[in-house]
Parts: sequence; C-alpha cells; structure tokens
Amino acid sequence: MIDVYDPVYIVTILFFVLALERMSSPKTARSGIIYAGAAMLAATVATFFIPGLGNLWLIVFAAGVGGLVGWYAAKKVAMTDMPQMVAIYNGMGGGAAGAIAAVELLGGVGLTYGSLSVAGAVIGSVSFSGSVIAFLKLQGWMRQRPITFPGQQPLNLGILGAAIVAGALSLVFSLSWILAVFFLLALGFGLMLTLPIGGADMPVVISLFNALTGIAVAMDGFALSNYAMIVAGILVGAAGSMLTVLMARAMNRSIGNVLFGAFGAVEETGTSIQGSMKPIEADDVAVMLAYASKVIITPGYGMAVAQAQHKVKELADLLEQKGVTVKFGIHPVAGRMPGHMNVLLAEAGISYDKLYDRDEINPEFATADVVLVIGANDVVNPAARRAGSPLQGMPILDVDQAKNVIVLKRGQGKGFAGVENDLFYKDNTRMLYGDAQETVAKLVQAVKKV
Amino acid sequence: MTADLYSAIFIAVLAAFTGYEVISRVPVLLHTPLMSGSNFVHGIVLVGAMFALGFANNLPEEIIGILAVVMAAMNVTGGYVVTERILEMFDRTKKGG
Repeated sequence: MIDVYDPVYIVTILFFVLALERMSSPKTARSGIIYAGAAMLAATVATFFIPGLGNLWLIVFAAGVGGLVGWYAAKKVAMTDMPQMVAIYNGMGGGAAGAIAAVELLGGVGLTYGSLSVAGAVIGSVSFSGSVIAFLKLQGWMRQRPITFPGQQPLNLGILGAAIVAGALSLVFSLSWILAVFFLLALGFGLMLTLPIGGADMPVVISLFNALTGIAVAMDGFALSNYAMIVAGILVGAAGSMLTVLMARAMNRSIGNVLFGAFGAVEETGTSIQGSMKPIEADDVAVMLAYASKVIITPGYGMAVAQAQHKVKELADLLEQKGVTVKFGIHPVAGRMPGHMNVLLAEAGISYDKLYDRDEINPEFATADVVLVIGANDVVNPAARRAGSPLQGMPILDVDQAKNVIVLKRGQGKGFAGVENDLFYKDNTRMLYGDAQETVAKLVQAVKKV
Repeated sequence: MTADLYSAIFIAVLAAFTGYEVISRVPVLLHTPLMSGSNFVHGIVLVGAMFALGFANNLPEEIIGILAVVMAAMNVTGGYVVTERILEMFDRTKKGG
C-alpha cells in the first residue's frame, strides 16, 4: 500500500519553494503566502494518516488551542509591534523543535539519530529562549540596552560547553534527570546570549534566530526521517542566514561583533563637535517644504515608536499636490527588523515605488532641497565617516549633503549607539523637537496654510 | 520514511542551494515578509510535533508532545497571519496608487 503522506509532503515542499520564489516581486508575493498556507494545511492533514499515529484527539485539541491563540494575537497586533510578533512566533517554532527532540531522546534512540536530536534540541532551545528575550526587549517589558557584567563571555561559553557535555551524557546514560539538566543549560545559553544584545541590533538577531529555528527543524527532520521538515528547515536556514549576513553588512559589523560586542553599552564621551544644535519652528519648516522642488524623507525607529507613519503619508500627499517631488530613503537596518520601515510606510498607504534603498537614494541627496529625518539617528550619522568612532565604516544615508536637513527628534539625546550625532551640529541642519506624530501633524496644518 | 541518512543529506544540500538561489532574488523592500514568510515555512515543525505526540508512550512524553504541538500551531497560524497582513498592505498600496 502506498502511504498518502509522502507524496503530499513532496507537493508541500514544491509549493514552499514556489512561495519563496514569488516573494521576489511585490506583485506576486501575496499569492505566494497563500500557496504556502494551502501546502501547510495539506501536509498537516496528511500527517493524520501516518499508520499507528495515536492521541488523535489530543493532537486536534493542542493544535486548536495553539492555532487559535496564534491566529488571534497576530490579527490583533498593531503593525508597529510586528518585530516582537515575528520574534515570538519564531521562538515558538524553536521551542517546538526542542520539545520534539526531547520526546525522541526520552524514548531512547541510537547514537546517530540521537546526536541529531541533541543538535536539534540545543539549537531549538537557544532559538526559543533567545527569541523570548528579544520579544521582551522589543515589547518594552525589559530594557533594550545591553545587559553586561564582567566575565560574561567566558560564562556563556562555559554554559554552552556544559550543555553539549550534558547532551552527550544523556545519549550514553539515557536518564531523564540528565536530559532535564541538558535542556536547562541549552535554554540558559539562549537567554544569556541575548541579554547583552541591544535594541538596534535586533534586525540581525531576529533573522539569526529565524535561521536557527529552521536548522533545528531540519535536525529534527533528520532524526524523524521526515523529508518535509528537512527541506523546509534548510530553506529557512538558508533564507535566515542570508538575511543575517545582509543586516550585519549594512552596519559594517561582523555577526560575532553583533552577538558578543554588547554594542551601545557604553556612551561615547569626550568628543568635541564644533557648532551648536539650532532649533526651528514647524511654520518655518512648512514654508521650506512647500517651496521645495525635491524632498527626501528618511524614517527611523522614532517614527515607529510615535506611530507617525499615517501623518507622514498625509504630509507627502499634500506636498505632491503642491508639485513637490517626495521620495523616501530607507536604510536597511532602520527600525527593529529587516524591512521594518517599508512595512510601516506600506501600512500608511505609501506606494512602494517611492521607497528607495540606501544605494539608490544616496546619489540623490545632493539635489534635494530638504531632507526630513524622522526619528532616525545612527543611520544618518556622519560620524560613521570619522576614524575612531564606534560607528566607523557603517554605510549611512548621506543626508548631510542636502541643502537643508530638518531633524525631527523627541529630545537632545544620543542615538542607540551612544554616539553624538555630527549631523545635528552642521550649518545646514535644523532641529525640530517634539513627538514625531504631533510634529508631523503640525507640519501638515502649516503646509496647508502656505 | 525508511530512506537512510545519506539520501537525506543529499536532499538537504540541494535544498540549501535552492533556498539560496530563490531567496537572493528577493528585493530589500520585501525583507520583512521574506522573514515572516520563512518563519511560517518552519511551522512545518507542526508535522514533527504531531508525530512526537502521536507516538508518545508515557505521560512525560505526552506532556512534552502537547507543548510541542501547541507551540508549533502558534508558529504556523501566527506566521501565516502576520505575513498575509503585511503582504496585503503592499498589495493595497499598489492599487491605491
């Protein structure tokens, strides 16, 4: 008799690949996720037909509970809270991968498949506890700045080493208490690894944990000889690894530096920047904007915090009615996850052909009359061009080359990197203080009157 | 599901190349949906969680198996809804101009 699930799994994999392939254009991307969803449903239903599968009602019940909670939370969440949502769902996947490995190891397996389960358990557990910490930090339930203490790196390394030893021992002795210690150590390592990583490095961390969950799922797939899990896990591992490298490169830092550098833990002191910060009123900015021929808007995390994207769209529409060319310059690591700014601006209804990547927009700043920097700091800091700065070498948006730069900022504080921003002191820069949403609303009113 | 580890590794290597080739064409604009979409794809872990619970032999295995299925199901539905919501916005902005 031919089993029903294996052929279904093959089709599932085919649709997963097609779904990712359709992500290469915004026109086809939405159909892609629907393909993937249908494939996932088919794979789940087919799994019920595995011969000998018991606890059927328990499976239906558990899947129903988890599924409803996940569905409801994802429907309710505001677009600005997307980074932590992505982090927590990713953590759930890692946790599930770890739990599957635990069941395998409890049941007692041979050395080869056992080592694969141990690998799946470590990677899945690290992704789980690490993602939970990332979620807490992004949700604001935990401080975003790095948490550091002396001897942190040797301690973390020790925990990882002990976890691997405990994993090996659990294979040899197959005792449940060794297994428990093993999982506690693995979970602890994920927690300790994420504590010293700050908010601005989250785009790297989220995509890294995404990759890790994928790899953990693939390891479980090897242990269970389940090809659907192997291929899907490896696909995600490849996607996540690539994004992680891209994000780290966008900051000109290695992944090791992001993970172990505790970036932003100390503030830069003793820099002497010439000049002063020059404040400006919304009415004056409105005049500049209304009579400009080209305006570039560069958003950052501050726009997300203030939920200012809808007002920004209003302002952009108004300026376009007045014949001003409006473009958006987006830095790859602006915000808290890859592509964060694109998502928020799309939510506000700004057409994606107005959103420009750093390399596309940089040559245009020199011809811009006004650049509006909304809640971005480190990604527009010319200190990145200065030797010895912590930001040195980071590819930035060259906003300082525009004729006028208006920086919308809540207060006079430093950016996440803890580095003074040279941009704020330049002759062509004016500071417009206040909450981004209120300030942009004021600009909208003022531009209407011009 | 009786094939040996080696053929599984062959498949994994090919999958890695496929993944890399397909994903390297995704524009920066769609990095968030790519991430949450791949987040959804590793929700296939649900299949493994069902397997773990379905073949659990004793109470501890059943409890951990239930945990696995609950978490995996959250991963699947959450990942799907988040990705769908994001892509819907990109769709709408094009039509709305």
